[in-house]
Amino acid sequence: MAVRSDARVVVTGLGIAAPNGLGSAGYWDATRRGVHGIGRIARFDPASYPATLAGEIDGFAAEELLPGRLIPQTDRVTRLALVSTDWAFEDAGVRPEEFPEFDMGVVTASSSGGFEFGQGELQNLWSRGGAYVSAYQSFAWFYAVNSGQISIRNGMRGPSGVVVSDQAGGLDAVAQARRQIRKGTRLVVSGGMDASICPWGWVGLLASRRLSTSTDPARAYLPFDGAAHGHVPGEGGALLVLEDLDSARERGAPQVYGEIAGYGATFDPAPGTGREPGLRKAIEVALDDAGLAPGDIDVVFADGAAVPELDRVEAEAIGKVFGPRGVPVTVPKAMTGRLCSGAAALDLATACLAMRDGVIPPTPHVTPADTYDLDLVGARPRTAQVRAALVLARGYGGFNSAVVVRACDR
Amino acid sequence: MSRRRVVITGVGVVAPGGIGSKDFWQLLTEGRTATRRISFFDPSPFRSQVAAEADFDAELLGLTPHQIRRMDRAAQFAVVAAREAMADSGLEFEGLEPHRTGVTIGSAVGATTGLDQEYRTVSDGGRLDLVDHSYAVPHLYNYLVPSSFAAEVALAAGAEGPCTVVSTGCTSGLDAVGHAAELIREGSADIMIAGATDAPISPITVACFDAIKATTPSNDSPESASRPFDDRRNGFVLGEGSAVFVLEELGAARRRGAHVRAEIAGYATRSNAYHMTGLRADGREMAEAIRVAMDEAEIGPEAIDYVNAHGSGTRQNDRHETAAVKRSLGAHAYRTPMSSIKSMVGHSLGAIGSIEIAASVLAIEHDVVPPTANLHVPDPECDLDYVPLTAREWPTDTVLTVGSGFGGFQSAMVLTSARGGAPGGRTL
Amino acid sequence: MPGTAFTLEALKRILLEGAGASEDVDLDGDILDTDFEALGYESLALLETGGRIEREFGIALDDSALTVARTPRALIEVVNAHLSTTPAA
Repeated sequence: MAVRSDARVVVTGLGIAAPNGLGSAGYWDATRRGVHGIGRIARFDPASYPATLAGEIDGFAAEELLPGRLIPQTDRVTRLALVSTDWAFEDAGVRPEEFPEFDMGVVTASSSGGFEFGQGELQNLWSRGGAYVSAYQSFAWFYAVNSGQISIRNGMRGPSGVVVSDQAGGLDAVAQARRQIRKGTRLVVSGGMDASICPWGWVGLLASRRLSTSTDPARAYLPFDGAAHGHVPGEGGALLVLEDLDSARERGAPQVYGEIAGYGATFDPAPGTGREPGLRKAIEVALDDAGLAPGDIDVVFADGAAVPELDRVEAEAIGKVFGPRGVPVTVPKAMTGRLCSGAAALDLATACLAMRDGVIPPTPHVTPADTYDLDLVGARPRTAQVRAALVLARGYGGFNSAVVVRACDR
Repeated sequence: MSRRRVVITGVGVVAPGGIGSKDFWQLLTEGRTATRRISFFDPSPFRSQVAAEADFDAELLGLTPHQIRRMDRAAQFAVVAAREAMADSGLEFEGLEPHRTGVTIGSAVGATTGLDQEYRTVSDGGRLDLVDHSYAVPHLYNYLVPSSFAAEVALAAGAEGPCTVVSTGCTSGLDAVGHAAELIREGSADIMIAGATDAPISPITVACFDAIKATTPSNDSPESASRPFDDRRNGFVLGEGSAVFVLEELGAARRRGAHVRAEIAGYATRSNAYHMTGLRADGREMAEAIRVAMDEAEIGPEAIDYVNAHGSGTRQNDRHETAAVKRSLGAHAYRTPMSSIKSMVGHSLGAIGSIEIAASVLAIEHDVVPPTANLHVPDPECDLDYVPLTAREWPTDTVLTVGSGFGGFQSAMVLTSARGGAPGGRTL
Repeated sequence: MPGTAFTLEALKRILLEGAGASEDVDLDGDILDTDFEALGYESLALLETGGRIEREFGIALDDSALTVARTPRALIEVVNAHLSTTPAA
């Protein structure tokens, strides 16, 4: 097996499902214009909960997009993942049935699996009895369900995987996909998707004590703003087609969005050790892995927790690496809410689109606090040549991941 | 430049019938079973009422009341197993560069037991659609997203390097350790605390396997209900537990005079892309994973001394796996002992792959292969040497351990003693 | 609903609810003697279907019933045999 640790791994296809747009064209059009997808929760009545806003995906007609046999056995998150994968393949000009089956793998991130499906079956169990639990429960809710269903639907028999590192997972999955491609797999579908906007998922999310209790969609999720007071959760994410560059060129891929050039991951030190949080180290490792200097980075897609302490930590990490106001920073997830394992994958896809079109998407509604000393791309998009972007993601409990995506000359 | 080699220098186990790797190995080599009637809740409403439960006292094992409160049972297992592994490794974690130490923990179903209990509370026994957050425990988010398992182990180890949970169903335990080994090999970490944990014995898990008749209905004979490769097998027995390892780069381990317990010589995973729960009889994708793992280890089939089977005890798994081993090892399959410890410790879903790695490491150390308990009536279609009933003294230098799971994941790992020369004749 | 006969219509409804339908199969066609597999229903779909029938009709099918009954007609016969021996509650 040809392990090529220097093989260049590139993004050739995007499949996006986001609260402000289904499909990459719709999403990108909304995102570059600053159109957000946050509103009062419609899927259930949120009145009894302290937080009532979410980024929900409207108009997703799974029944029209997927085989009827798949619908009863899948949670919403899996339907979104399957359809996004279809879109990513289409974008990449790949017909999976024409690819050698062991040359394709799928690595996804998950954070809470098919949680809504799980709620239904827990309810069946406790209100009616064990005999009422679905035959699909054994897999429809679990964390591996998206990778499993994607591989089955598309006949992908190569290496597959699933990582869970909360919101950092979207980048960790892509790093694992790159690893598999470097070990010889030609193509890996990777990214993350989450959709746990159901009452039981909501109660779990509330327990993080990080949700915004604002009822104003325009003022609810304000990363790096002096008025930051928590975030709005959302549903969705992105699946990306990743390929070995040579292989992509050989088959005449319609486009190469960019190269996954660098990756770094760290875990924060235990509280009370006095050691620096791990985000800066993750950035440095990713830059080093990409062989780039801070000055080579044209934009940072920040994690943007919108919890003041966490915003401070992130602003300091960016400041230490790039200098005060040393690099444009944007948080387009202010328009979608935080998508758990889908968030960083979506940021990565957004970075690819920003590179393609020379536009840095905005961070609507946010007036950055001066103390952070960030060059935040505010309410309006910024035209700029983007040759390399840094995507940051942090997971609850101390996970930090960073990916450098770089333009790839044809 | 020769590639970095990865070795196991610490082993920790929490298993039914034995907390700690010593008790675990004793159970296996005596061929005793730890399966019993479920005691955690009244199992009488369920089709399958048997499980392999661990007698686990978190407080006695050194967890603080605060840790116990915030951690699901599976996370508690992982931390206890990790502590044993770290102590076993003799590593002084204090002096290490924290960013070069990472954590990978496998789990198929995360905090499913904690979630089951909490759901029951916040829904008032399933009555409320709009479940009531005011009854939720403060740490519910740690149950919602099981990356908390890796976080707890990282905190216990002071690790600040790459940290994640791997959740590929029932191959999670192999995939987590395989993933960690790759991180060391590529240079992203020098030390990994890696393993897997699951504590799935809860009503929702029992009910979901009942619904597909995957677990055994042999409720009258819990001690002999797990019967891999036996013609009377009728489903797996749910288990729980954890195994965690300290992984290091071989050169560094040697330099510090570590007791190298085994080398992770090869690993691969493939998908069957066939069915979420079903297996095709030909075992093709598992055979491919085995082939690639042997390639990575630079060995041929003849080098395999023992196969640690997935051997779940379902009708289709045991035949699928037998076919896969024959397909990949050829005639050598018939000469190689192959056993399933699930006959004794049950099937702990995502954890079992790591627990089976622990059994493989111990087999290498002791030159003893554990038996397949309860194997009295051979299945004519499972015609390999499954080491029935009693452990066997057997020169064991190289072990193949395999796993297969829902979602179609098929994984294989080759472990070798790090005694003497390297596999495939490479020199150290 | 003990005491009620199990019909093809009931089976089709339960199949649709529990397992959906394959796009290239017309469940309204002549399917009584078509293998479930040819109708796009594999073992898992049949387990879900069997569970729903058991709950709705208050019967307990043998473990082997669903593997032995390979067509709608066979399954309907098995279920009706159970119904005739199960006293109405």
